[in-house]
Amino acid sequence: MTETAGATFINIGERTNVTGSAKFRKLIEAGDYAAGLAIAREQVENGAQIIDVNMDEGLLDSEQAMATFLNLIASEPDISRVPVMIDSSKWSVIEAGLKCVQGKGIVNSISLKEGEEPFLEQARKILAYGAAVVVMAFDETGQAETAQRKFKICERAYKLLTETVGFPPEDIIFDPNIFAVATGIEEHNDYALAFIEAARQIREKLPHTHVSGGVSNLSFAFRGNNLVREAMHSVFLYHAIRAGMDMGIVNAGQLAIYEDIDPELRELVEDVVLNRRPDATDRLLDAASRYKGQGGQKREEDLSWREASVGERLTHALVNGIETFIVEDTEEARQSVERPLHVIEGPLMDGMNVVGDLFGSGKMFLPQVVKSARVMKKAVAHLMPYMEQEKKDLGIEDAPAAGKILLATVKGDVHDIGKNIVGVVLQCNNYEVIDLGVMVPSQTILETAREAGVDIIGLSGLITPSLDEMCHVAAEMEREGFEIPLLIGGATTSQVHTAVKIDPNYNRGQAIYVSDASRAVGVASNLLSETECEPYVSRIRQDYARVAEGHARGQKAKQRASLADARANKVAIDWTSYTPPKPTFTGTRLFADVDFNELRAFIDWTPFFSTWEMKGQYPRILDDDKYGEAARSLFEDAQAMLDQIIGEKWLTANGVVGFWPANAYGDDDIELYTDENRTSRLTLLHSLRQQMARDRGRANTALADFVAPKETGLADYVGGFAVTTGLGEDPHLKRFEQAHDDYSKIMLKALADRLAEAFAEMMHQKVRRELWAYIPEEALTNEELIAEKYQGIRPAPGYPAQPDHTEKRTLFDLLDAEQQAGIKLTESYAMWPGSAVSGLYFSHPKSHYFGVGKIERDQVTDYARRKGWPLDEAQRWLAPILNYDPKALAPEAA
Amino acid sequence: MTRDERITALKSEAAKRILVMDGAFGTMIQSYKLDEAGYRGERYKDWDQDLKGNNDLLVLTQPQIIREIHDAYLEAGADIIETNTFNATSISQSDYGLEGIAYELNLEAARIAREAADAYSEKTPEKPRFVAGAIGPTNRTASISPDVNDPGFRNVTFDELVEAYGEEVRGLIEGGCDTLLIETIFDTLNAKAAGFAIKQIFAEDGAELPIMISGTITDLSGRNLSGQTPEAFWYSVRHLKPFSIGMNCSFGAEQLRPAVADLAEEAEALVSAYPNAGLPNELGEYDETPEQYAPKLEEWARDGLVNIVGGCCGTTPEHIRLVAQAVAKHPPRKIPKPNHEMRLSGLEPFVHT
Repeated sequence: MTETAGATFINIGERTNVTGSAKFRKLIEAGDYAAGLAIAREQVENGAQIIDVNMDEGLLDSEQAMATFLNLIASEPDISRVPVMIDSSKWSVIEAGLKCVQGKGIVNSISLKEGEEPFLEQARKILAYGAAVVVMAFDETGQAETAQRKFKICERAYKLLTETVGFPPEDIIFDPNIFAVATGIEEHNDYALAFIEAARQIREKLPHTHVSGGVSNLSFAFRGNNLVREAMHSVFLYHAIRAGMDMGIVNAGQLAIYEDIDPELRELVEDVVLNRRPDATDRLLDAASRYKGQGGQKREEDLSWREASVGERLTHALVNGIETFIVEDTEEARQSVERPLHVIEGPLMDGMNVVGDLFGSGKMFLPQVVKSARVMKKAVAHLMPYMEQEKKDLGIEDAPAAGKILLATVKGDVHDIGKNIVGVVLQCNNYEVIDLGVMVPSQTILETAREAGVDIIGLSGLITPSLDEMCHVAAEMEREGFEIPLLIGGATTSQVHTAVKIDPNYNRGQAIYVSDASRAVGVASNLLSETECEPYVSRIRQDYARVAEGHARGQKAKQRASLADARANKVAIDWTSYTPPKPTFTGTRLFADVDFNELRAFIDWTPFFSTWEMKGQYPRILDDDKYGEAARSLFEDAQAMLDQIIGEKWLTANGVVGFWPANAYGDDDIELYTDENRTSRLTLLHSLRQQMARDRGRANTALADFVAPKETGLADYVGGFAVTTGLGEDPHLKRFEQAHDDYSKIMLKALADRLAEAFAEMMHQKVRRELWAYIPEEALTNEELIAEKYQGIRPAPGYPAQPDHTEKRTLFDLLDAEQQAGIKLTESYAMWPGSAVSGLYFSHPKSHYFGVGKIERDQVTDYARRKGWPLDEAQRWLAPILNYDPKALAPEAA
Repeated sequence: MTRDERITALKSEAAKRILVMDGAFGTMIQSYKLDEAGYRGERYKDWDQDLKGNNDLLVLTQPQIIREIHDAYLEAGADIIETNTFNATSISQSDYGLEGIAYELNLEAARIAREAADAYSEKTPEKPRFVAGAIGPTNRTASISPDVNDPGFRNVTFDELVEAYGEEVRGLIEGGCDTLLIETIFDTLNAKAAGFAIKQIFAEDGAELPIMISGTITDLSGRNLSGQTPEAFWYSVRHLKPFSIGMNCSFGAEQLRPAVADLAEEAEALVSAYPNAGLPNELGEYDETPEQYAPKLEEWARDGLVNIVGGCCGTTPEHIRLVAQAVAKHPPRKIPKPNHEMRLSGLEPFVHT
């Protein structure tokens, strides 16, 4: 184990503790409970498994504050999903808290300080309220300082609790007191060791109990020197956890990785923590000044790890994602073992297991893991020729992988960042991954699956027509007699869709929704385990049956308005007093080879981090306790690559914008004209109308509502655009692939996506200010743009305001986007290159983004007529938004 | 038999077979079509508030009706009958201005059920009958604010619940119940208060009755009203060392099954289940016939999920008769061995090994 905290170590969040957080104390003192709740929520979002609530502050009515805060937490499911630790030194406050939590929490703490009577009384009450308990090593004579006395007190408490009160031993947590060491007082030198020793004895001799403690006390003597403090906490935990400490209050964001600590400092700290030499404190104090001010800061590149054994160096390189020496280290390892394969099975897999453990326990994040994979792939690539040679010489078979998994983005779809991440994560865990790339027809998927004998098929897709294609693949698997599991992932996929639409097509096997890349390994290993597979699949079946039933019931309950009623309730716009703005040109205009420096400022970084499965708002995420470090490093890498993309002109940005004379036509369509006479129709844009049952005051909106109706005689306009930043990325992606560098490959795609969105944002601003020029003086910041504070909208076909992807064809023809900008449409109307954005422009002040939601048969029938489609085809394209099951109800007789 | 003997008998019967509880009271009472005067009886003929619909009051004003209903369920084959006390706390009775008679209601209800059960135990000594003192959720929630604009507000406190439940529990024990059944729990904190009250009385009086606990699922995601999953709910009440844990009421058997299955997998106590007869129709009536209802419960028995079954809203003696026949063929669920994991919960379960 190289980490300070093991997988079963429970870290308790302590930011909602007035004694531990000055910020929280000030908020509660000021009565700002809402802001206090935000802190609690952030802690839970950042992974706290239990939250500690403490209101012990002289100026507060602590009982009242505890009850108020816990009652408020109860109304916040995001927070109250985790257990609460009710923390107070006053029994009355603890009891006030226990009366407010419906779950089973932990009381922190009780002790024998006042003797046995109150201790027993409190323990009985805690048992009756239903909570676990922290017991301090404190008795009538005071706090225990030696290991011997710590244990004795805990042993006495254990007997009283289990024998006299009947308290379940597994609900007892001992806190044998962590005191400050290296204070200069000789008696204090043994404090850390005493805790560790007591922890060992407690876990050995008091069965089923737990050991916890507040770690920050330990380093009190080094206040202001975070680097030394972090090192002390890390070293202490390293030893205490091994001795049996399994819970604690630790600031996880400020904890060094044990093995990353400068060896000299580590040695000095270890001397202090383990009290190994009488001058340990002096030596650490002497050295401390040299480390001062470095805490949390970027450290000098430290190459001391190069002195370790080759196995340790490989692990270090994998955990830290360092490629610099990987080839030479791999070569050195190869020469030291009998067969090249032994390097993979030995030190490299050991290293990847460490990575897997750290990722699994939330100590490493996706970008770091992808970097580790890059290092691993480089090492393996170095070994490949030797292994091939050996195979030829000896006729040896490959070592079996954990399983063989086929991944593909389905036909008609080009989006693959998520799929690539899943591939990397699976490979890190020793799965063999066959990645068929994007736009893969079901036939290719099934043929490859059969020939290669894969164990699992994973499908990915981002646009809504891909949902249908996935149903199709599932049905084909059924028809061809497949039984292997089918994994479903991608932004528009969902558990409900998988359970309701995909899984029923595949009765022989099981379709399983995988919500994000970090879950892929767990799912795969369950499915391929001989013992776990069956119970796992039956659990999924039950879940899906429940989800499907819930969905069916939900469907019934949803009231829809008839199309006629919905139309009668369209967005009310008074056209009599309105003069539509006139664009500066009509027809199209090309913006070729746009300057990336200009686009860069428009990037919205928040979605970039969520691509890497790091949830949080930019720029706050850079200082996040949990993600901060990984986020900063990822952001630095992104900036570096952006510099290269721009400096070395990797990509080309092309866009085309057009405006046309237009009026709303009929109820839900928009007629575009060839010229200002408005007599000759250029084309018809179709829109879909919301059919949810509305209360008074809220309209049933369609995009056509935002354009002046033909009858008004007003000269109105609509615009359209298509932009891409993905041209030219292929050679670079290939280059990264050949270099086994998934990290850079995913990074480039993610950046190109962000740049395309930035391009659309910039273009839209240009439209508002200059091209359509209806707000020539607009001055919004990038944050305000991201928050959509501008007038007018740019909805894209295939997205909530117009869910029909086929309208993109009309738009592309209008813009001549394929010829002019080089953006193509696939048969499912995905844009190629994938880093592209298109949409319509509406300028009316009342135009706004909305979701059409589910629609009824009457509208689908009408829409089919307007599009000139058979009903079947309309139902196929609109499948994700049908409010009815086209199969369940036969169409009414004509 | 003394109470201790009956409790011993209950435990040994439960080890042998799946026990059957009774069905709905409300549906049965409705069939008597009582009017305002019927509810008031002689004693409350001049009461200044409407009393129609106060079913719990009938143990005082129409005790023969309550006895008839108990008899009908015992005749149908119920092993355990519930006292007619679902709303008999002072908190719920205050809606009628009758908070002062909560103790009396519970005492009388328990006596009537006791007499009925004893009569049948005598008739069929090979099949002893038991009385569970029904403790309803009250009409207030300790974890949820009734005012959306003030989420920290509560219209009942833990202490108020403990007091009201305590009074109810004393009446039920005094009147001769064999077990105490905290049921239809939609807010776990209310149930914890009931449990706290019970333990307090046990400690004061030295008597100890088996505690039965039954939650309910109020939404399609499978959680109770206060937001807990079935497992989290179980962890929250496990400290009461209940004789049984289970689910009742809710959307009917099909929707309740996953929750029952979760408990069956986890709980080192007997598992009980007594769902509604399906979902209410537009008129608020439950349509599931005995013939539709019984096979669903039999399926649970067959799959080894349950130790105790019965009926909730919309079920009748005929439902119970068919259920009793159907589950008789199946052995009771085996109770899993307890382990020593620390099991905590918020809205969701959390296990520390």
